[in-house]
Amino acid sequence: MRGIVKRFGDLVANDGVDFTLASGTIHALLGENGAGKTTLMRILYGLALPDAGEILVDGRRVEIRSPSDAIAAGIGMVTQHFSLVAPMTVAENVALGDEGGFRLDRRGARAKVVKASERVGIAVRPDARVATLSVGEQQRVEIVKALSRDCRVLILDEPTAVLVPQQVEALFNALRRLRDQGLAVVFISHKLREVTAISDEVTVLRRGRVEGTVTTRTTDERELGRMMVGRPMTGVARDDERVPGEVVLRVERLSVADGSALPAVRDISLEVRSGEILGVAGVSGNGQTELVEVLSGMRVPSAGTVVVGNVDVTGQPPARVTAAGVGRIPEDRHASVVRDLSVAYNLVLEDLDAYRRGPVLDEGRIRRTAHDLIDRFDIRAGPADLVGTLSGGNVQKVLLARVLARRPKLLVVAQPTQGLDVGATEYVRGQLLAQRGAGAAVLLVSEELEELLALADRLAVMYEGTIVGEFDRAEVDVDRLGLLMAGIRAGG
Amino acid sequence: MPLRFQQRAAPPAAFAVTLPLAAIATTFLLTAAIVVAAGESPFRAYQEFLLRPLSSEFRILEVLVSSTPILFTGAAVAIAFRAGYWNIGAEGQLLSGAIAAAWLGRQVDGWPPVASLPLLVVGGALAGAAWALPPALMRVRFGIDEVVTTLLLNPVALLMVGGLLNGPWRDPVTRFPESPRIAPAAEFPQLVDRSRLHFGFLLALAVLAVGWFVTTRTATGLRLRAVGLSPHAARFAGIRIERTLLGAALASGGIAGIAGVSEVAGIQFRLTEGISSGFGYTGIVVATLGALSMIGVAFAAFFLGLVNVGAGSASRVLDVPSQLGEVITATLLLVTVALLVLRRYRVVRVGSP
Amino acid sequence: MSFTLDVLAATFRNATPLVYASVGDTFVQRAGMLNLGIEGMMFAGAFVGFAAAYATGSLLVGLLAAVAVGIAAAAVLGFLIVTLGTSQHVAGIGMTLLLVSASEFANRLAFADRETLPKIETFEPVSLGGRILSQYGMTYVAFLLVAPAAWLLLRHTSFGLRVRAVGENPEAADVAGVDVFRTRYLALMIGGALAAVGGAFLTLAVLGSFTLEIIAGRGWVALALVIFGRWRIEGAVLGALVFAGVFALQLRLRILPGWDDVPFELLLATPYIVIIIALAVSGRNVAYPGAYLRPYRRA
Repeated sequence: MRGIVKRFGDLVANDGVDFTLASGTIHALLGENGAGKTTLMRILYGLALPDAGEILVDGRRVEIRSPSDAIAAGIGMVTQHFSLVAPMTVAENVALGDEGGFRLDRRGARAKVVKASERVGIAVRPDARVATLSVGEQQRVEIVKALSRDCRVLILDEPTAVLVPQQVEALFNALRRLRDQGLAVVFISHKLREVTAISDEVTVLRRGRVEGTVTTRTTDERELGRMMVGRPMTGVARDDERVPGEVVLRVERLSVADGSALPAVRDISLEVRSGEILGVAGVSGNGQTELVEVLSGMRVPSAGTVVVGNVDVTGQPPARVTAAGVGRIPEDRHASVVRDLSVAYNLVLEDLDAYRRGPVLDEGRIRRTAHDLIDRFDIRAGPADLVGTLSGGNVQKVLLARVLARRPKLLVVAQPTQGLDVGATEYVRGQLLAQRGAGAAVLLVSEELEELLALADRLAVMYEGTIVGEFDRAEVDVDRLGLLMAGIRAGG
Repeated sequence: MPLRFQQRAAPPAAFAVTLPLAAIATTFLLTAAIVVAAGESPFRAYQEFLLRPLSSEFRILEVLVSSTPILFTGAAVAIAFRAGYWNIGAEGQLLSGAIAAAWLGRQVDGWPPVASLPLLVVGGALAGAAWALPPALMRVRFGIDEVVTTLLLNPVALLMVGGLLNGPWRDPVTRFPESPRIAPAAEFPQLVDRSRLHFGFLLALAVLAVGWFVTTRTATGLRLRAVGLSPHAARFAGIRIERTLLGAALASGGIAGIAGVSEVAGIQFRLTEGISSGFGYTGIVVATLGALSMIGVAFAAFFLGLVNVGAGSASRVLDVPSQLGEVITATLLLVTVALLVLRRYRVVRVGSP
Repeated sequence: MSFTLDVLAATFRNATPLVYASVGDTFVQRAGMLNLGIEGMMFAGAFVGFAAAYATGSLLVGLLAAVAVGIAAAAVLGFLIVTLGTSQHVAGIGMTLLLVSASEFANRLAFADRETLPKIETFEPVSLGGRILSQYGMTYVAFLLVAPAAWLLLRHTSFGLRVRAVGENPEAADVAGVDVFRTRYLALMIGGALAAVGGAFLTLAVLGSFTLEIIAGRGWVALALVIFGRWRIEGAVLGALVFAGVFALQLRLRILPGWDDVPFELLLATPYIVIIIALAVSGRNVAYPGAYLRPYRRA
C-alpha cells in the first residue's frame, strides 16, 4: 500500500501511509485506539475507499472497491466485531458470498468448511447455528471462512480481545502454522505484549502516520510503546491501601434468563463496600453484560435480589436505580447518549425533573450546569455541540460527568476504556480511583486483565454465568485467572 | 457508478432555504412531463397552480381553508414521528373525530357556542385518541409494530363511516348517504364574510402553537425527542419509553380527531363519505416537508393548500385533471426526501479527496 | 354443502392478489426493508394492466405492462431507500401517493369522457373439475407456480441466502463479498413486480374494468400477512387464505336469512379486524429480520 490517505471530515485517519507485506510473515500493525490501523486495513479489504494512494499486489496495481475485489485479489479479513449472520449455520455463513452457482449446495459448503479447518488445525462444526457458538468458536469460524476462499493475505483485527490467555496461545499456534504455509498475516493490535510474542515485523501507526517499521526481534516493548504514544507510557498510580467501609451493594442469588436453555447469569452473589473497587473479570459473553444490565435497571432478573444501601432495587427501572444512588457507565457508550441532542441536554437527561420549572425547562440552569461539568470533567466541546460529533473519549467524559455530578454511592462501570486512546484511558481510570478515594463503591467489569489488575481491590471471575473465583488483590495469580476465565477450575 | 457519499460535519446553514427551493424546482421540472402529456403547456399549468390562488382575497382565503385540515394532521403526524411512533393511521383517527362531531353536533341544539364548540372539539379529540389506542397498546405491551396496525384501521374507519351513512344516519329527507345537518350551535363560526374560512383555522394555529411550545420548551417535549432520536439512550437515562410513546400516540390521534371535527363543523356541517380526501396521508407529506417541526408544518401546509386550490382551478380552466395536484404533492415529497440526504452527505467522485 | 364449496372456491379467488403481493413482499421484508409503496404498486399494476390491455386488446400485454410498472416503481423506491438510505416509511407512503394519484390522473385523462365504464374481455376461468378447481389461470399460477418457486428461491438458492443474510446482518454480508445494494434492489423489484401482478389480477381477470376502490387496502393487508406468516412463504400463503376466507364467508353470510340486517360494512371490516387480532395474538415480540428498516452504509 503506497501513500494511502483517508479523511473523515476534518479528521485525517491515514496520512500518507506506506505499508509493505511479505508472504510467510506475521506482520503486526500496532497503535493505540484511533491511530488508523483498522481504517488502513478496511481500505485494503475494500470496506473503505481511500482519498489518495494505491494498492499493489505482486507489484501490479489493483483497484479494490469492495470486499469482493479484495477477495478476488486473495485478501481475507476477520473483523473486530464479527461479521457472521447469527441465525444461519456455520456452513451457510462460510458459503455466503461464494456459493458457487445458483443452487445452494449445502453439502459442498460443509466439505469446504471441513477442508479449511483441517488446514489451520482448528475444529468447527458446520451445522451449528452461529448464534449458539461461543465467542471463541465464532472467531474460529471467521478464520475458516477467510481461508476457504484460498486467501494469501489474512487480516485479523484485534483478534485477542475476546480470548482468554490459553485461547490466545492456541490462536498464535494456528497463525504460526499458517505463516509457515506461506500465508501473509496482518495482526492489528494495541497490546504490546502480544505483538512482541507473535509478530515477525511491526509497523507502528500514530495519529494516522507511520512511526516506523521494525523487525520484532530487534526491538522491545518499551521502544514500541514509545513509538506508539510518542512518550513513555505511564500508568495510573494507586495510592495507599484503604480500609473498605460498609457494604453498599449486595447481590444475592441473582439469576438472569436470556431466552436460551441456560440462564445467562446463574445464582450469583457478591458484595461491594464503600471505598473499594471490585473487578469482574471474564471473557465477554459469560454473563457480565446481563449482570450489568440488571444492576443498571435495564433488565429484570428472573431470581435473586439487588440491594443498594438499604434500598431494594431488584427489577426496578433506571430512574429508580439512579435515585437509589447508583451511577452507571455503560459498555456501549455511543448507544447510551442521544447523538442528535446537545451536550448540555445529554448531561441533564438523567435528572430532568430537577431542571424544570413546572412543565417548562429551565434552559438557564441547564446551561450553567453544562458549563460547570464541561470545566470539571475536561470535556472538549461546547454545551450546544451535538454529542454525535464528539470523539469517543469525550463521549465517555460526558457520561462520567452526568453520573459523577450526582455523587453516587455506587458506580457500575462496564468496559470503560474500550476504544479510547491512551490519554482518555488514563483520565477515566484516574476518575475511577478518585471516586474510590472519595468513598464510593465501584463495580468494574472489564475484559482487559491489566486494567483490572491496576485498579481493583478485589477480583471476581465470571464464567458461564457464575462466579468461579474471588481474589484479594494481593493473592492474584495471572495464570490461575486465565484458567478460571477459560472455565478450568483450580486443581485441574 | 464512480460516486460515493461522504459524511458532512454539519449541514450547511444555507440549506434551510436552498433545499426547499431546489425541491420545488425539481418537482415542477419532473411533473412538467405529465402536464405535456395531458396536452397543456407546463408554464400555463403552473401559473394556474401557484399564482392564480394568490390573485384574489377570496382565493387566498380558500388556500387557508384548504390548509386547515392538513395543519391538524401534519401536526399530529409530526408529533408522533418525532417520538419515533410511526402513526400512519391519521386518516382513520380523523374519521373517528368526524363521526363524533356529527353525533355530538346533533345533541347540542340550543346550547351556547361557548359550551357546544369545546364539547365537539374535546369529543372529537377523544374519539381520535380512542381510535389510536389499540395499535398504541399493542406496540407498548406486545412490541407489535404500529405501522401495519394503524394502517389497517384506516379502511375499517372508512367502512364505519359508510355503514353509518348508508344505515342509521342516512339523511331521512334527501335519502343521500350523508348525515343530517348538525345544529347551528355546533357550527364553527365563519371568520371572514363571504369566505369559507372558519374557526377551525384558528384552532389549528393554536394547536400548532401549543405543539411547538410543548416539543421545544418543556421537559415532556425533550423526553419525546430523546425517545425518537435514541430509544435506548433515553431508556438508559431513566425516561419511561412506554409512557412517552403512548402519550405521543394518543396526542397524535386526538389532534387528527380534531381535524375531523373541523371538517364537519366548519365546512360540511354533516358527515359525508367524502369528508376526508386523504388528509391523513397528506399529513405525512406535510410533516415530512416540515421536517417534523411545527413551524415547518405550517409552511408546508400552506404550500400544499396552495397547490390544492391551484389544482382545482387549473382543472377548470385547462384540460388537466385535478389529480395533478396530488401528483405534484407526492413528487415533492419524494424529491424532498431524496434531497434531505444531501444535508448529511456530500456526493464526491471516487478517488478524489 | 354447496355453500362450503362456494366459499372455498371464492377463498382461492380472493386470496390470489394477496398471495402475489405477500409472497413478493416476503422477499422485501426478509431483505430488511419495509415497502409502504406496495398499495400504490398494486393500484398502478391494476390500472396499467387494464389500460394496456384496453389499448392493445391483449391481456398478456396488459400483464407485462403491469410487471414493468411494478419493477420501475420498485427501482425508484430502491434508489431512495437503498442507495440514498432515506426514511422507508416516508418514501414508501410517498410512492403509494404518487402511484395512486398518477394512475387516477391517467385514468381521468384517458377515460374521463365515457358514459359507461370501459370494459375488457377478461381471462376465462379454467376448469379442472369441480367447483373449487374452476379458477382463473392466474390463480393456479399463484398457488402452484409462484408460491413454490418463491419458496425454493428463498431457501435453496444462493440468491435466497443472500437475501436472508442482507436482512439479518448486511455488514456481515458485505464483508463476505455480497453486493448488498444489488440484492436489496432485486428483492424490492420482485416485490414490486408481484404486487403489480396482484393488482392486475383484479382488473384483468375478476372485474374487467378499473375503479378507484379496486385495491381498498389489500396492499396493507399483504404487509400484515408477511409478518403474520413469520416471513415465510408458506405462512404468507396461509395468512392470505385466512383473510380471503373470512372475506368470502362474510360475502355469503350477507345473503342468508337473518343476516341481512347486519350492515354490510361491518362484515366487510371483519377481515381487517381479524388480521389485527391475529397479529395481537401471535405477533408478540416476534423476531423481525435483524436489519429491518436499517439502511446500509459502509461505515
